[in-house]
Amino acid sequence: MDTSVCRWLNAPLSRLLQAALVLSLLPQDAAAEIPLNMPVGVTDISRSVYDLHMTIFWICVAIAVVVFGVMFWSIIHHRKSKGAKAAHFHENTVVEIIWTLIPMAILIAMAIPATATLVKMYDTSDAEVDIQVTGYQWKWHYKYLDQDVEFFSNLSTPREQIENTAEKSEHYLLEVDNALVIPTGKKVRFLITSNDVIHSWWVPHLAVKKDAIPGFINESWAIVNEPGVYRGQCAELCGKDHGFMPIVVDARSPEDYQQWLLAKQEEKEQQAQQAAAATARTWTHEELMAEGEKVYARACAACHQPSGAGMPPVFPSLIKSPITTGDINAHIDIVVRGKPGTAMQAFGNQLTPAEVAAVVTYERNAWGNDTGDTVTPTDVQEHNAQ
Amino acid sequence: MDAASDIAHEAQHHHGPASGLSRWVFTTNHKDIGTLYMWFSFLMFLTGGSMALVIRAELFQPGLQLVDPGFFNQMTTMHGLIMVFGAVMPAFVGLANWLIPMMVGAPDMALPRMNNLSFWILPFAFTMLLMTLFMDGGAPNFGWTFYAPLSTQYAPPTVNYFIFGVHLMGISSIMGAINVIATIFNMRAPGMTLMKMPLFVWTWLITAFLLLAAMPVLACVVTMMLFDINFGTSFFNAAGGGDPVLFQHLFWFFGHPEVYIMILPAFGIVSQIIPTFSRKPLFGYASMVYATASIALLSFIVWAHHMFTVGMPLAGELFFMYATMLIAVPTGVKVFNWISTMFRGSLTFETPMLFAIAFIVLFTIGGFSGLMLAISPADFQYHDTYFVVAHFHYVLVPGAVFAIIAAVYYWLPKWCGRMYDERLGKIHFWWSFIGLNLTFFPMHFIGLAGMPRRIPDYALQFADFNMLASIGGFVFGFAQVFFLFIVIRCITSGEKAAANPWEGAEGLEWTLPSPAPYHSFGTPPKID
Repeated sequence: MDTSVCRWLNAPLSRLLQAALVLSLLPQDAAAEIPLNMPVGVTDISRSVYDLHMTIFWICVAIAVVVFGVMFWSIIHHRKSKGAKAAHFHENTVVEIIWTLIPMAILIAMAIPATATLVKMYDTSDAEVDIQVTGYQWKWHYKYLDQDVEFFSNLSTPREQIENTAEKSEHYLLEVDNALVIPTGKKVRFLITSNDVIHSWWVPHLAVKKDAIPGFINESWAIVNEPGVYRGQCAELCGKDHGFMPIVVDARSPEDYQQWLLAKQEEKEQQAQQAAAATARTWTHEELMAEGEKVYARACAACHQPSGAGMPPVFPSLIKSPITTGDINAHIDIVVRGKPGTAMQAFGNQLTPAEVAAVVTYERNAWGNDTGDTVTPTDVQEHNAQ
Repeated sequence: MDAASDIAHEAQHHHGPASGLSRWVFTTNHKDIGTLYMWFSFLMFLTGGSMALVIRAELFQPGLQLVDPGFFNQMTTMHGLIMVFGAVMPAFVGLANWLIPMMVGAPDMALPRMNNLSFWILPFAFTMLLMTLFMDGGAPNFGWTFYAPLSTQYAPPTVNYFIFGVHLMGISSIMGAINVIATIFNMRAPGMTLMKMPLFVWTWLITAFLLLAAMPVLACVVTMMLFDINFGTSFFNAAGGGDPVLFQHLFWFFGHPEVYIMILPAFGIVSQIIPTFSRKPLFGYASMVYATASIALLSFIVWAHHMFTVGMPLAGELFFMYATMLIAVPTGVKVFNWISTMFRGSLTFETPMLFAIAFIVLFTIGGFSGLMLAISPADFQYHDTYFVVAHFHYVLVPGAVFAIIAAVYYWLPKWCGRMYDERLGKIHFWWSFIGLNLTFFPMHFIGLAGMPRRIPDYALQFADFNMLASIGGFVFGFAQVFFLFIVIRCITSGEKAAANPWEGAEGLEWTLPSPAPYHSFGTPPKID
């Protein structure tokens, strides 16, 4: 057996042993390594939710002990092989009323704190920071209302890690290029919606999970008590890469948050200048191809595949397709405006004119398309102006 | 009885089944149709099970190994659809066909030709559904709950086959339900009042009404999808004035009663088996009937607990939380009754009893996690995670599936006149029991720790329990191939079974010889 196979077999085995060990040491700190329970979280709400969860859990355990206790008592003591003779009772009104009323009382006792927590969760008034969260197939877009800051947040785990050709990093699949930064101690309201299908924005440590529904806006909120990085994922099946659109919330002190906000605004201006410069300068065909390949890998390859072959008919092939070998303007148009009602988004607000020019040039010349076309940023700008 | 039907009756009585393939294609006999349903269901169980194993194999380790995410979604979708509509529901209809006429003292089902039709629609419906795996764009990939707009605007073109498949399954179920109701209301032996019916008959009667009420809603919702996709309507498209959440309300108005459609007959089966092997009458027969009926009624006012995160108003959220918690009361009554039946009985542990006891324990665990899910604020953390996957597999696998397996072991001697091998049956039980808990128990942990459902790849902290679950899945899966072996061995070479092979069994079906005659009761038995 070659060594890589050995390693492949060994790693799982040792991890299994570790899991067994953790289970046997359940109440101890060793469990911290492999999480077994809902996180307590970092907001007052998430703590109340955790308390509700543990209360109802222990109620269930108590009922289970009584019910299964009687059952196993019968299984052990009332077996025919031990000479048990069957009794003949088959009803008892008093007992039946009692075991209807007791669960009723337990449920009412449980409903009271649950209602109180829910009422608090629904109070979205008096928020100090408003952030619009928009789900896209398969990334998140964050827009700080009144702050002129907005950005996309993409999975940043490299493809090689997912395809098992590179070692997986600590936050595998739970890391993004641009985290959502929020201030601690302030009420942050999330206005959640979607650009295409239904997604669900979930950060366990904030106890926030709300569906992102196209055409509607849902509200949720959090006051984070401790600075830190909190990770979550899309929770509603949203198509092929549903498992690859994580959420990272970076909670910072209000001062740090303000600094970040200023830096972000500055960065935005710089980016605008860079984009303008990139649009204005002259690009060679080779430069556009090189840049286009990068943009394609980031924005297009998830659906149209690195090979350009797509996954027809839902994600069409770009090889010798009417779009990539036909009219240049139609090609620019579909990249900029998208195709409504399909996974093809409008990339006009996600890519700069130079990036659109590069990716269109790339698509028209890669994979044997060989049209020889060069699309310049100016072409894209002219197209957009129309 | 007039002379003509007398002659027809006699003619039937002396004719056995036709021979060859035509026996099965043209049969109007409740036992033949029951058998067809059971084999079809088992075939679908293995098909859906294989898809589950593809899922578990991919999830064995983090990273993408075997299938791409698109195909992974097709597998989760088809696994759910096939298990719900192809395995569990037809198995219960098969049991109803075999058992209800024998239990109420009737010769056959009330509507035998419709009975034939309602079965023979199914192979076509599922062929249509399974064909999509080989078509352009692949099979449906939007989850068995097929939420719009993922299942409308963003669906693969095969969605139309899926819609017609669902329509056919719905028609089949509705016809089956009508047949059960007609049989129970019209064909009971004289003296068998409603409150003397065996509980399996009672639970099926209530299930049949649930089917009649719920399946047309499913038909509506898929038709609305059909129109949105092909004819330019916008029921579920906000851009055209519709609402994607409307889809979820309609789907779950069907979907929640559907959940009870898959569990009430199981309650009936367990209520037959527990008294037999406790050698003691069922505790609280009347309260069992009332509890079943209240669960059925409540099932129509709790649907939105599947939708706590869609942004309902607070009042709606509270109403559905309270109503859902209320279901715990009648369900608790049933569990208490079963345990009181066992208490001070004279217990033996043949295979059907083992499966029935496991049903009570594991279904109750599924019930507990259901109660946790009912708490709306906590549900925000549980919703769409593996905790939910653990919950509904605990109520469906050791719930519905274990009850069906228990029923097969319990009534197999009556069906084929031969006994299964008790030792092999017990091996099958323990093998399944261990595999099942190994598969689904760890899912509670990974769900609470934050793993969403329906993802083909996951973060590293979920790796260990996923691996355990995958190993468990294969253990459980192969146990069911062993079950097939046990059943075939029983049919071909089991020992001859007596009319009543169980010491404590009561009921009309045990008064018939084993195997049961082709037409159950030519003359109605007397009930005292």
